[in-house]
Amino acid sequence: MIHCYKLGPLNIVLDVYSGSVHLVDDVAYDLIGMYETQSKEAIIATLCEKYKGRGDVNESELAECYDDVTALKEQGKLFAPDTFSSLAGTLKERNAGVVKALCLHVAHVCNLNCSYCFASQGKYHGERALMSYEVGKRALDFLVENSGKRHNLEVDFFGGEPLMNFDVVKRLVFYARSIEKQNNKNFRFTLTTNGVLIDDDVIDFCNKEMSNVVLSLDGRKEVHDRYRVDYAGNGSWEKIVPKFQKLVAARGGKNYYMRGTFTHANPDFLEDIKTMLDLGFTELSMEPVVCAPSDPSALTKEDLPIILKQYEDLAFLMDERRKQGKPFTFYHYMIDLTGGPCVYKRISGCGSGTEYMAVTPWGDLYPCHQFVGEEKFRLGSVFEGVTNTKVRDEFASCNVYARPKCKDCWAKLYCSGGCAANAYHATGSVNGVYEYGCELFRKRMECAIMLEALKEE
Amino acid sequence: KRIKTIRTDLANGGCGECQTSCQSACKTSCGIANQKCEN
Repeated sequence: MIHCYKLGPLNIVLDVYSGSVHLVDDVAYDLIGMYETQSKEAIIATLCEKYKGRGDVNESELAECYDDVTALKEQGKLFAPDTFSSLAGTLKERNAGVVKALCLHVAHVCNLNCSYCFASQGKYHGERALMSYEVGKRALDFLVENSGKRHNLEVDFFGGEPLMNFDVVKRLVFYARSIEKQNNKNFRFTLTTNGVLIDDDVIDFCNKEMSNVVLSLDGRKEVHDRYRVDYAGNGSWEKIVPKFQKLVAARGGKNYYMRGTFTHANPDFLEDIKTMLDLGFTELSMEPVVCAPSDPSALTKEDLPIILKQYEDLAFLMDERRKQGKPFTFYHYMIDLTGGPCVYKRISGCGSGTEYMAVTPWGDLYPCHQFVGEEKFRLGSVFEGVTNTKVRDEFASCNVYARPKCKDCWAKLYCSGGCAANAYHATGSVNGVYEYGCELFRKRMECAIMLEALKEE
Repeated sequence: KRIKTIRTDLANGGCGECQTSCQSACKTSCGIANQKCEN
């Protein structure tokens, strides 16, 4: 399978199963498009007619180009066959029972009252609660006990607002550091925060212990303050921006992401990215809102063409700024064409419900943070382990080849079948397909590959 | 002449040491393509 597209100054041909990326001129672009369905003679005749005004296109030139395409096919770099389907369950089968990452919900409370919050203002449709040190400690022990030979273990402090339980966060990190050497483990901690409670103590601690911090900022003040308000209805932008700037400066401008949400109110999210740049932030991520289709903030069919165009314009802005020596990062465009994930990872997906789980303040285990509060997805607890093997097996069977709708999608080895939570909320099945998200994802990948190609030009 | 290949194949079954994508930035849409191999 191949995917051919034109974006910016480039004609790009992606060979899906080899991962090869080719930049071609207009003639080769047309020729490759006909290669599998027409004879050499028919292709040459068609293209001679199409390009008859051009001196550099004649029968011998086209024959040479055709032979080049044939050579690439023989080398396995074009029209490569799918040899991966038999590997679909390999990684998860080999690693059955191994857990390597936890999302610790240290606070099911929040000091903001964002109406678009997928976690219902941090409560996850349940009671307000803070995780005790004892539950958190048991979660870390559960992770170490079930991590097999894994060296790298990951723990994200999440909520709600995790800084509302900062003392427990600090104690848990201290405990993890005390056990990692004897267990030959390397803990990587991350923290997701709305910024309200950031102070010098938080900054010092994060810069010492957090390999990454995710900072929630939606961009323009009026956009941010539309949803991200406190319980008195006051916007939070003016309060948090200086705190974020101080934290980022103290981190040397690295190992953080400004993480915004765009909604029906701002499908023109590139303006929010520009605001973040103006504020001095350069590590950026803007994500589509996750909510019920009936929610006023939900993205609509009419928003889609606007968003797709925004993604393209964002890519052109990134290229322009790179050339000016003022580069910035957009998370979804940071693909590495030579050092990306292996094919086993690409097939098997994010690992939710198998190697990655969320832990509630009470120690309950869920497949990921987006399933917390959905009782039927409760896997067990950090005290008793995984007891709901039916749900675990359902997630273990999740992979890109388990979704028939993904069969003919060129992007399937980039999205790995997509997000199980998005699929469930859109279709009622974790093996479903969230079509709207697919449209956005494919555009992001086209832009990301184009940006990598432009660096080669 | 007309084709420039800028990337030429996609470890006994994956080592599993690479970062879990949902822990990196977005928390809402899968970012596996953005991960780096840590084998």
